[in-house]
Amino acid sequence: MTVRAMIIDDSRAMRSILRRILTGLEFETSEAGHGQEALDQLTAGPVPDLCLVDWNMPVMDGYTFITQVRANPAWRNVTLMMVTTESEQSQIVRALAAGAHEYVIKPFTPDAIVEKLEILGLTSKGIPA
Amino acid sequence: MSPHGFQSLAALVRRETAMVYEPGKEYLVEARLLPLATALGVDIDTYISRLGTDPTERRKALDALTINETSWFRDHSPYQAFTEEMLPAVLAARADRRRISIWSAACSSGQEAYSIAMLLDQHLPAGWTAEILATDVSTAMLTRVQNGRYSQVEMNRGMPATSLVKYFTRAGTDWEVVPRLRQMVRTRHLNLADPYLGLGTFDVVLLRNVLIYFDDVTKADILRRMSGHVAADGYLLLGASETTLGMPSDVASLWRREQLGRVQAHRPVLAAPQRSTYVPPSSTTAIGA
Repeated sequence: MTVRAMIIDDSRAMRSILRRILTGLEFETSEAGHGQEALDQLTAGPVPDLCLVDWNMPVMDGYTFITQVRANPAWRNVTLMMVTTESEQSQIVRALAAGAHEYVIKPFTPDAIVEKLEILGLTSKGIPA
Repeated sequence: MSPHGFQSLAALVRRETAMVYEPGKEYLVEARLLPLATALGVDIDTYISRLGTDPTERRKALDALTINETSWFRDHSPYQAFTEEMLPAVLAARADRRRISIWSAACSSGQEAYSIAMLLDQHLPAGWTAEILATDVSTAMLTRVQNGRYSQVEMNRGMPATSLVKYFTRAGTDWEVVPRLRQMVRTRHLNLADPYLGLGTFDVVLLRNVLIYFDDVTKADILRRMSGHVAADGYLLLGASETTLGMPSDVASLWRREQLGRVQAHRPVLAAPQRSTYVPPSSTTAIGA
């Protein structure tokens, strides 16, 4: 089954980097430039399996987006992974408490994203049988 | 780097560590040694020729050449097999002394040893003691393990966010392992091609993605001697692409393979004390009798 992933980041360059990694794993991708745009897309459907979310964005930040997604039972199956420069321990704890499943701190290597997706059970690529 | 420079370096590495650098790996050697050569203001060939007479620099070069690309919970399934299969079996078998011992052989920068420490912290019942021995040929790597400090880029490699906040604290731009995990792990300098003196036996030995760097004779020798250090009811875990299949028959006969989920573990065929008993050549036991 193809995994549907939404990349939410105000940097077009970052969206492009993440898109290349995910399409390499044969994920279907969509993109949004901030949290509100992502929420609008979720409402319109189809609902993705995974959101990669930056923290600091205009209009609506990633933390607010996560709390909004978690507040809606219809979106309870969406896996949320923060991909951000926010690296304070307290911020990571806050994001996890709000409902993020995983957390990647920029800068990262493509392997780091793939390994996190393995932790989340969304890909087995790279795991030897 | 000249072909002669590469050959003499490959011979040195082979002599000192039994690791094999085949022709074609010149780029890797250059990438790892160039910073050291540059620091001394010499070209790479001059640097290599100096290694024969400069033990300090030779140590640094061997450290730099030790391959250490790794991630936390690398390959995932061996750790799942550890938690779901090996650990319950060891807990049942060691219920009398309530002590578990693990050996991370060729531990590199310590991600394997600390990954196991995290799992033991979560799954070991109260009242049990865990000891993880981490050995490596590189003294620089052992210092890293003792310090337990990792960069942000290293932390991103396979570390679940929940474990990151539970087992690490920020130390400047790095992350530092919490003391209770560091106390579980002790380090020791060991070249796997040398004798394993005073190591004792272990319930689980992790020897993953290491044998590929040795020639066939050394590989067989390591697996032969390793059999004296895995408890009779213990486990040896090799890398996913590594096996005792195709080894000399005396080595293959020391181990039986057991499938644990997606992982194949190796288990001793005979009890460890029997194998380690030295029988002198003048023994009255008749060969073939």
